[in-house]
Amino acid sequence: MELRAKVMKWFGEFSLNADIDTAGTRLGIFGASGSGKSTMVNLLAGTLTPDHGSIILNGECLYSSERKIDVPPQKRRIAMVFQHPHLFPHLNVRDNLLYGFKRTAPENRKIGLTSVAGILKLEGLLERGVSNLSGGEQQRVAIGRAVLANPRLLLMDEPLSALDDQLKFQIISYLKGVCDEFAIPYVFISHSLVEMRLMADEVLNFEGGTCTGQTTAEELARRRMGGSNVGYINLLRMGRALRTDGLSTYAWGNGKLHVSAVSHTAEGMFELSSRDIMLFKKHPEAISARNLLTCRVRSTFASDNKVGVELECGGDRLVAEIVQEAARELEIREGEEVFAAIKASAFRHLA
Amino acid sequence: MLALTPADYEAVRLSIKVAVAAMVVSLPFGIAFSYLLSFGNFKGKALLEVAINLPLTLPPVVIGYLLLLLLGRRGWLGQLLDAAGIRLIFTWKAAVIAAAVVGFPLLVRSIRIGMDSVDRHLIQASRTLGAPWYDTLFSVILPLSTHGIVAGSSLMFARSLGEFGATIIVAGNIPGVTQTIPLAIYDYASTPTGEQAALVLCLVAIVLSCTVLIFHEFIAGRVAGRK
Repeated sequence: MELRAKVMKWFGEFSLNADIDTAGTRLGIFGASGSGKSTMVNLLAGTLTPDHGSIILNGECLYSSERKIDVPPQKRRIAMVFQHPHLFPHLNVRDNLLYGFKRTAPENRKIGLTSVAGILKLEGLLERGVSNLSGGEQQRVAIGRAVLANPRLLLMDEPLSALDDQLKFQIISYLKGVCDEFAIPYVFISHSLVEMRLMADEVLNFEGGTCTGQTTAEELARRRMGGSNVGYINLLRMGRALRTDGLSTYAWGNGKLHVSAVSHTAEGMFELSSRDIMLFKKHPEAISARNLLTCRVRSTFASDNKVGVELECGGDRLVAEIVQEAARELEIREGEEVFAAIKASAFRHLA
Repeated sequence: MLALTPADYEAVRLSIKVAVAAMVVSLPFGIAFSYLLSFGNFKGKALLEVAINLPLTLPPVVIGYLLLLLLGRRGWLGQLLDAAGIRLIFTWKAAVIAAAVVGFPLLVRSIRIGMDSVDRHLIQASRTLGAPWYDTLFSVILPLSTHGIVAGSSLMFARSLGEFGATIIVAGNIPGVTQTIPLAIYDYASTPTGEQAALVLCLVAIVLSCTVLIFHEFIAGRVAGRK
């Protein structure tokens, strides 16, 4: 997908003035509430009209104020998944799923109901009314409905922000699964860096109605670490839990991690803040933290007045955060061996 | 004894015919104007709103008189219709037009409330899923505005049954041709011996109105249940 957009839109005191030139299949738009990301999405979908500018997708002009082109939303083949499912309440699951499919030109109907219902595990729900579905099921139907419209681009406007963590990570796997399976490029909009890192490769950063730059989700997370209240969030996928003495022991990298958070699944995704990792230059004799990892410094980076330390631990990676003074005292350098102490309670179970 | 004369039966039949015709004729326009007011964003929208609601505040006699000026032989529309061999004034069709104009604001208001309650995200979803605006209107907006359409139609029907002022001006009060229930009651009330006959027609009017309202409640209940 290639997207070039130079658009202006005024809403009273707020104005959007964005200049985007990007390519990729997993694009993110990141920004706080009111930064203009949802306006941008609506301009791309055609449900809002720019006051000035142009939008070109894969070489096709969708909007141009100069050339007086404004392709209507139904002809753009850009489907949307919203924050809430917004299913048609008067239609059952099957008719919701097929709403866009029936309106797709036969030559573009490459994705069918059976395969989408299979991937999203909706086969048993097809004849149900949408009000009889759980929140997660409704969001899966909303994803299926958008995918079955066989779009050339899928816009996801904060599709996870109304879901609890457990559901969020389930839906992420469905979203990624369905987009990978059918090779649908997407633009993922969120104010959550964690979601962005899981869903997007390249990220456009929106602030105050302008696109301030393009970077990777990882780079953005590192840059915002120092100023963030939660630091850099390490996402750890761990496997094979063993419960002993009130702690769960998970396999991670080549080693093990002791976690006090209770998980009912054999495997789990956990988050760990960079601020919950304490670094030691020498092996501490005895500490209360249940995890002491021998690591090697891969790289360091500055973020505000903090220093991020990228560590390699048993084949996997962690980012720790220390103040500059500590970095000088510990003489943190690339290739140095350090010890990372992590309390078992510092891990938060996600899914 | 409470009994209806053949002329009374004719007045009842005509009232129902006029009310049904006014409702049927107005419904497409009611939907179109409600859609414009609910979803349109154009200059002069406020003016259109005032024009649609005007019959609600104007005395029906004024509406009747204006319709007479418009549709009469010397009115610009009347002249056109006359040339085409169509005569409306002092026919039951004029009563339909009078009832339609007077009841139109009630119809539009109710349908508009129904349309305003449709979640805009559903419309956005429909459009991005490939539906042009008219497809979205028929596949999403109208099915989800059913309660407003039913409410508006019932109100319009009930208002048409009771229409008097505009009807007497444009359709006259011709028994068997344009005399509806209110006009017949007016006739009886103006006659010294017509008190009982007027009362009987009042009862018929009450029964008809109650039937419409009960039907409205029943349909509204079913729509709410379906939602």
